[in-house]
Amino acid sequence: MKEVFTKPKALTDVPFTYCPGCHHGIIHRLVAEAMDDLNITEDTIGIAPVGCAVFAYLFFNCDMIVAAHGRAPATATGIKRVRPDNIVFSYQGDGDLASIGTAEIVHAANRGEKITVIFVNNAIYGMTGGQMAPTTLQGQITQTSPYGRDSRTMGMPIRICELLSTLNSPAYIERVALTKPAYIVKAKKAIKKAFQFQVEGKGFSLVEVLSTCPTNWGLSPKEANEWLNEKMIPYYPLGEFKYVEEVS
Amino acid sequence: MVKVIIDRERCKGCELCTLVCPQKIMVMSKSFNKKSYHPAEQINPEKCTGCAFCAMTCPDVAIEVYK
Repeated sequence: MKEVFTKPKALTDVPFTYCPGCHHGIIHRLVAEAMDDLNITEDTIGIAPVGCAVFAYLFFNCDMIVAAHGRAPATATGIKRVRPDNIVFSYQGDGDLASIGTAEIVHAANRGEKITVIFVNNAIYGMTGGQMAPTTLQGQITQTSPYGRDSRTMGMPIRICELLSTLNSPAYIERVALTKPAYIVKAKKAIKKAFQFQVEGKGFSLVEVLSTCPTNWGLSPKEANEWLNEKMIPYYPLGEFKYVEEVS
Repeated sequence: MVKVIIDRERCKGCELCTLVCPQKIMVMSKSFNKKSYHPAEQINPEKCTGCAFCAMTCPDVAIEVYK
């Protein structure tokens, strides 16, 4: 029989440690499929974040390192500069990348480091138990914003793709979601393109993936998908924010 | 003939595959797996078109599709 869909070879057999319905598993698979498609698993070095995806080193068949909280782009910079022939990617959540690691990601992007960043935005801190993140939506109730996020004292949610696309150096920035099969197909293409950019040495690439956190949102996986479609996508519009053909 | 293989022990019963199946033939089993989740199962396999939406959506890579 012909294979229509099988587990990518760049994933190990270890079952994921994520909650039921969490999109991390889909994103892991898309990253692994991109590595398989480009045949780069042997040459890839991944940087796992601090957060739910801290165990990513168990799931990918490539070499992996865990960086201190938010410092994955700095670690990736070091590895890529020492080993320019390897493919280096960081896999970070919003608490990691958009909060404690904001300086690292902004400057790594501004220097145009030739790395790939997979940014998982679920609008909340997952592993630590559902605290407010910089990406938490206005009015969203979390452990540390029990009356809803109030922009007068807590600011508005940070749009990382828009922020980074104001810089000159990044080569490719796109935001995708995974709540429908059509979105998943687009997300797969975007993640593959981000790795392709690095293979071709074009420069910094980042894909922001809107993800659900059913456990900390207090919703079922189905309701979480609907909430993402209704609330998150209007504030975090999907699409390509930066696409540079040739980086000088 | 399409063959859908579901890894019962990997499934965490999130039900996302049941939402995307165009034929509505992915359902949750009444039995439990070792993790105490109700795993997904396929009914009326002859209706399956092999679109693999269920496998694409599965966050635990528990579904494989062969044609």
